Amino acid sequence: MNNVIKRLVLMLIIVYAPSAMAKLNVFACEPEWGALAQELGGNALHIYTATTGKQDSHHIQARPSLFAKVRRADLLICTGAELEIGWLPLLLRKTGNGRIQPGQLGYFMATDYVRLREKPRILDRRGGDVHAAGNPHIQTDPHNIARVAKVLAQRLVELDASNAAHYQKRYQDFSNRWKIAIQRWEKQAEALKGLSIVVHHKSWIYLEHWLGLKEIATLEPKPGIPPSSRHLADVLKKLKHRPAKMVIYAAYQDSRPAYWLSQKAGIPAVILPFTVGGTTEARDLFTLFDDTLKRLRDAIK
Amino acid sequence: MNNQLAVAIALAISSSPAMSVAEDDLTTLRGQLETMKQEYDQRIQALEKRLEDAEEAAQSAQSTAKRAEEAAYDVAPSRQSSSANAFNPKISLILDGRYAHFSNGANYKIPGFQLGGEAGLGKSGLSLGHSELAMSANIDDKFYGNLTIALHDHDGETKVELEEAYFETLALGNGFTVKAGRFLSAVGYLNEHHEHAWDFADAPLIYRGLFGNQIRDDGIQVNWMAPTDLFIQTGAELFRGDAFPAGGGAHDGIGAYSLFANLGGDIGVSHSWQIGFSHWSADVKERAGGHGHVHEEEHELHHVAHNPSFTGDSYVNAIDFIYKWAPNGNPKNRNFKFQWEYFDRREEGNIAMLGSEPLETSYYDGHQKGWYAQTVYQFMPQWRVGLRYDRLDSNNTTSNAEVLKEAGLHNEGITPERYSLMIDWSNSEFSRFRLQFNRDESSNEPDDQLFLQYTHSLGSHGAHQF
Repeated sequence: MNNVIKRLVLMLIIVYAPSAMAKLNVFACEPEWGALAQELGGNALHIYTATTGKQDSHHIQARPSLFAKVRRADLLICTGAELEIGWLPLLLRKTGNGRIQPGQLGYFMATDYVRLREKPRILDRRGGDVHAAGNPHIQTDPHNIARVAKVLAQRLVELDASNAAHYQKRYQDFSNRWKIAIQRWEKQAEALKGLSIVVHHKSWIYLEHWLGLKEIATLEPKPGIPPSSRHLADVLKKLKHRPAKMVIYAAYQDSRPAYWLSQKAGIPAVILPFTVGGTTEARDLFTLFDDTLKRLRDAIK
Repeated sequence: MNNQLAVAIALAISSSPAMSVAEDDLTTLRGQLETMKQEYDQRIQALEKRLEDAEEAAQSAQSTAKRAEEAAYDVAPSRQSSSANAFNPKISLILDGRYAHFSNGANYKIPGFQLGGEAGLGKSGLSLGHSELAMSANIDDKFYGNLTIALHDHDGETKVELEEAYFETLALGNGFTVKAGRFLSAVGYLNEHHEHAWDFADAPLIYRGLFGNQIRDDGIQVNWMAPTDLFIQTGAELFRGDAFPAGGGAHDGIGAYSLFANLGGDIGVSHSWQIGFSHWSADVKERAGGHGHVHEEEHELHHVAHNPSFTGDSYVNAIDFIYKWAPNGNPKNRNFKFQWEYFDRREEGNIAMLGSEPLETSYYDGHQKGWYAQTVYQFMPQWRVGLRYDRLDSNNTTSNAEVLKEAGLHNEGITPERYSLMIDWSNSEFSRFRLQFNRDESSNEPDDQLFLQYTHSLGSHGAHQF
């Protein structure tokens, strides 16, 4: 009997010991935050990214594998603003992990640190699956990434003080490279100013604001409701009066509606990565915007 | 200025008789003109300067504004969006209604199984299903609470049913969670899913036959999740044991318990799976259940038929397997789900036929088992089709052969089967319309069943269980 207990204790030690010594476990809901954590933390973090650029983060199922990861997370980095409302609350509740509950240091929602656009005046689902806090797709503007990076770096320092200098140094380095990159992108984007576009879902307003693009129509009749043929016909009609230069869709979205409109209206359909991993070129945060701008510029050539 | 203008005008008027003007007058005028020109040049320059200044000021104002805006972003409201509805609990409502048609519904029974709880076909024709009201919120940093109320009609009266009322711990740590109150048992897979989240309009036959659709009871659940990459969850429940199929709250109100374990994970990015094992056991005290009739006639039948009452031990062993597929792990447009569950129940005890004169009793040894398999395929946004097959088997014995027949526990030499086909359309994730057809061969008189159902959810966004 004693032997059995000894063995059990040993087993528990083996199971728990590595986690006590190990790096900070980061659970990133979306690839952009996983990539940002990688920029700021590097080797000091053990990062798990819950979704890929090919997935719609509104519609993720609370899979067993996600429970297992959240169970061990020290820091949760998500978009917030109800983007993950269909799955994250369940993961938080069922894993009983006190470190990452709302209000804890391990609970980090990026949209808490950016002023959101399109905050609905009327909360009514007749307007589709609207988010009460505003449009959550903030990562399409690099200035937002910079804002989030600043607070996230502070958070990492708070959570893991022994590596404070490491995080601060990496943040400085990232911040400098990011500023230079933004200047480069803004220069490249001059040609795009005033460009009229049609979008699949209302996921690009931060990009539109940043680059001065004009959104003429959306393929979804209401946010979250798939494009219907009647609505597409309306969009086509609208384009007769207010022509657009291209139709944009994210890598995870169904491409058929965009291609239908592309053919009928004679404008290019442009796939954009939307987040890291959306296209093979968008490998990290820098190449995400490089690729986004390249695709937009190629489409107006 | 006016004076100079007057001079200039006078000069212009008097210019035709210019010959009469003296030489020195001309020189004076020229001088005056020169001064005027210089003065105007200066004024224009001054004006240009002012314009430039104004432009510069405007520009700097603009950039100040822009800087202010940026600054505002930088000190953006901290954590304002973590709770959109402040301190109010999240409220969600489920509206459910249907049209049903049964070719042979009036005599519905499953030979070999004692139906109880909410088992049965429901009403034919137009009717409301369960209208549900659920409220939930974090109680504080350590606890979460939930209350679900269902309203449904029973014998022309609207009944309020407390479906769930529990709290759950949020921060025990080390993978532990404790839940207490009334809740759906973690036995099996579908049992923990609310009826409105089911993929078919009715419960699998085995759930109907063993549990009266679902096991919900008052009790406490302890749950532990292992700190491994593979999802390993195990837990135990203690129940009062009042609700069907335990029926009776034996042992001073701790009459049933369960043990469960689930394993799960992903295979690549597109596939995920879960396998579950569970055991449920109860000391059953006087479990009654009107057998084999439609809900609406239950009342009437109680008077004419004898109702079996079971007292004894009941053990259920179950295994379930779930597999899901979504291309690139993105279920929004297309996804597939396979679900299989197997239950095996053994019971030993005594049956009394309530209402019989003199009271008929018998020793009872029951063995009932069954499984179902179902697939649901979303082939395009908004549209899903599903196929389900149910199969039951029973081998019950009693010391008094009459009781076996009267109680409906004789299998009548058949293995109940059912084939179901459904198609549903969801405008958004909050609304759903479903058409379902069943070929129910539960008894010797096969029943063709048709359901047209709507299920809508209002209010706060629910989470989707795996």
